[in-house]
Amino acid sequence: MKLYINSVGIISPSLQASGEWELPRVDENYLTCIEPDYTQWIQPQQLRRMSRIMKMGTTAALMAVKAGESKPDAIIAGTAYGCLEDTATFLTKIIELKEEALNPTPFMQSTHNTIAAQIALLQNCQGYNQTYVHGAFSFEHALLDAGMLLTDNPAQTILTGGVDELTKAGHAIHSRFNKYRKENTPYLISPAGDGTWAGEGAAFFMLSGADESAVTIADVHTFMASSSEQAFHQLDNFLKQNQLDTNAIDFLLTGKNGDQKNDLFYDQLIETRFSDQAVGAYKHLCGEYSTSTAFATALAYTILKHQTVPVSVLNSSLNTPIKTLLIYNTYGQHHSLILLTV
Amino acid sequence: MADLKVQIIEALNLKHLKPEDIGDDQPLFVEGLGLDSIDALELIVLLQQKHNTKIANAQDGPKIFKSVRSIAEYVRANQAAA
Amino acid sequence: MSSGVYVAGAGALSAIGHSYATSFLALKNSTHGIGPLSSLSSIYKSTLPVGEVKLSNEQLAAQAGLTKPVTRTALLGIHAAREAITDSKLDITKWRTGLVSATTVGGMDRTENFFPDFLKDNTQGILSDVIHHGCGATTDLIAQALGITDFTTTINTACSSSANAIMLGARLIRQNKLDVVIAGGTDSLTRFTVNGFKSLMILSDELCQPFDASRKGLNLGEGAGFVVLVSSRVLQEENLKAKAILTGFANTNDAYHQTASSPDGRGSFAAMQNALIMAGLATSEIDYINLHGTGTLNNDLSEGTAIARLFAEKIPAMSSTKSFTGHTLGACGGLEAVFSVMAIEHQCVFANLRFETTMPEVNLTPQTKFEHKAVNHVMSNSFGFGGNCSSLIFSRSSIE
Repeated sequence: MKLYINSVGIISPSLQASGEWELPRVDENYLTCIEPDYTQWIQPQQLRRMSRIMKMGTTAALMAVKAGESKPDAIIAGTAYGCLEDTATFLTKIIELKEEALNPTPFMQSTHNTIAAQIALLQNCQGYNQTYVHGAFSFEHALLDAGMLLTDNPAQTILTGGVDELTKAGHAIHSRFNKYRKENTPYLISPAGDGTWAGEGAAFFMLSGADESAVTIADVHTFMASSSEQAFHQLDNFLKQNQLDTNAIDFLLTGKNGDQKNDLFYDQLIETRFSDQAVGAYKHLCGEYSTSTAFATALAYTILKHQTVPVSVLNSSLNTPIKTLLIYNTYGQHHSLILLTV
Repeated sequence: MADLKVQIIEALNLKHLKPEDIGDDQPLFVEGLGLDSIDALELIVLLQQKHNTKIANAQDGPKIFKSVRSIAEYVRANQAAA
Repeated sequence: MSSGVYVAGAGALSAIGHSYATSFLALKNSTHGIGPLSSLSSIYKSTLPVGEVKLSNEQLAAQAGLTKPVTRTALLGIHAAREAITDSKLDITKWRTGLVSATTVGGMDRTENFFPDFLKDNTQGILSDVIHHGCGATTDLIAQALGITDFTTTINTACSSSANAIMLGARLIRQNKLDVVIAGGTDSLTRFTVNGFKSLMILSDELCQPFDASRKGLNLGEGAGFVVLVSSRVLQEENLKAKAILTGFANTNDAYHQTASSPDGRGSFAAMQNALIMAGLATSEIDYINLHGTGTLNNDLSEGTAIARLFAEKIPAMSSTKSFTGHTLGACGGLEAVFSVMAIEHQCVFANLRFETTMPEVNLTPQTKFEHKAVNHVMSNSFGFGGNCSSLIFSRSSIE
């Protein structure tokens, strides 16, 4: 596969404008993004119409483009719920105005591919443009597609990303499924508790097939698993296909979300296969949401590039240089693996 | 027309503009303010919601919405009885 | 082994038929399925012309072997995808099989029923109505019903969604990641989309007239269309009959405006041209274009302009089958791919219903009636909001 990461753009609850990762402030049981001054990135004429997720996704993409110092040949986005706020706004208007004289803007914005389309407009990118909306696999499938494009033609740059937003309505509905912490707790992952924190974020990557940058996405795999046995079998196959075993993984970045029932799987995983390796977690920095692996990939990129791990991310000691990093995330029965090397 | 300008700024989220920035006869579409087809639809909604004036055909938009003055004149001529 | 991608099976469900065979008959007889909205509670009920699938959720669920209905989008998808697999006569458990589906609506048909109660009090509203709201969740329901476990994904690029799904399916086979891909899309009618398109003022209150000078807008529709794509290895080892070969495809972006297409149709021009280049075909070799042809002023002019430019030497026969089914949004790419395969299988071109006068700006006259003729290569266009332009080319298979 081999996707070389040229640059990253990220908007998250924990990445400061200074470039430092900091523990985010948790509002009850959710984390919201530290948003930049969007006027620095987008003209007022376009900005006026954009909803929050549009601004987040578009700006993260523009950040990646600027840092990459080249123009994208194609744009691929992954989003599980798309423009959720616009969707709720339009649904509300339909009810309140009894289907009469409805504003078109929220409807127009609510289509999931609006973000990738807006980026294309701003970049005048007339190439391939795709949006994956397969729940917790949306970002991973965007990566798989980018990988396929680069296999056909390595001399391209594909702007690829994942974005989802936290909205009042969305949070209220998800809360009714008892997903989130009911008491205010300062820590998410350790000690684990009952429920997790909701989150959101946008992360975009300029990916190429030529060996310009050091950090590489070597492989991506998604699968459904209803038992640990099934999951471990898939993991073992994945590593074998990449000529690796678990000992070759220098750092395992887990999708532990602080819910003790959920995190049991990861404890088993670490105990049986990664007991000697450095292990970490990331959802205390971005919260739990469908495309959190985009954040995890950005974090992994920083770790591999600078060879340091933010203190709060590491759950064990770190002795070796980090050459091979595996992100293992779960979201219900959705399991995904992203293998990065440097 | 001053009120209309305030409403237009709000409806089209032209937060970077003040009513004084929009001339009575300034072209709103293509040149001038550079509004587009979605803005035209939003203005149609504005006229219906706030001025009880219906525009059945979106194609008539560019003519009616040529300037703030042309909008005001259209409303005066076509506003439905209260 | 060639890198050919073959269509081994197809399934269709729309306002004109509940199967591939019945849909073909309707197209042959020029019988459309557009009528006054009846299935949704809306102020537009009984007046707005739409293309409804005349099957209730209960009927669809029973056919799918489900004890109770899930989102209509999934039910429509299960119906058509299942027909495609049955039609292919393939045992998909023997091969690496994926499902690449597309939808714009997802579970919105149930979410919009949840929302009024939720809006009044956010502890209200039936939770099972929103559990499959996400597009991916509706696809997972289809994969579950079909027993597909190797790979499943969902694409949403508005009206070009399922054409893009078919493209991804082909690429997955060409790169040897999968042997079989069930690809296409599904969308159900919802108050959300009816009101959405109303607010954009592109719905016609009469039966649509694609590519006609007096066209007033589109009619919405619902449905699902899937093809079973297989590699040449599967085709040969399983001794399957190919209905058609997918020989060319391309996706580009207009990068002009969020909802309007560029006046010169640059995005659609590039998509069609690139598909031809991949297929290794001259424009004169296309026998039939299944137009995107929604019936809106903007799309038809933009698409027509691009076609007139690209096919200047020899304009092929063309028609919009949306004049039969309405615009099925996320399903139209898949459904119209199936109609394109029908055109090859039955060596015919379909009518562009209710066409009377050419658009003054482009001198294009679509097919006015069903006609049998030699059809070797068919182009199917799907152009979506956000400037997403996709074009597929299906060719007659020489492998019998």
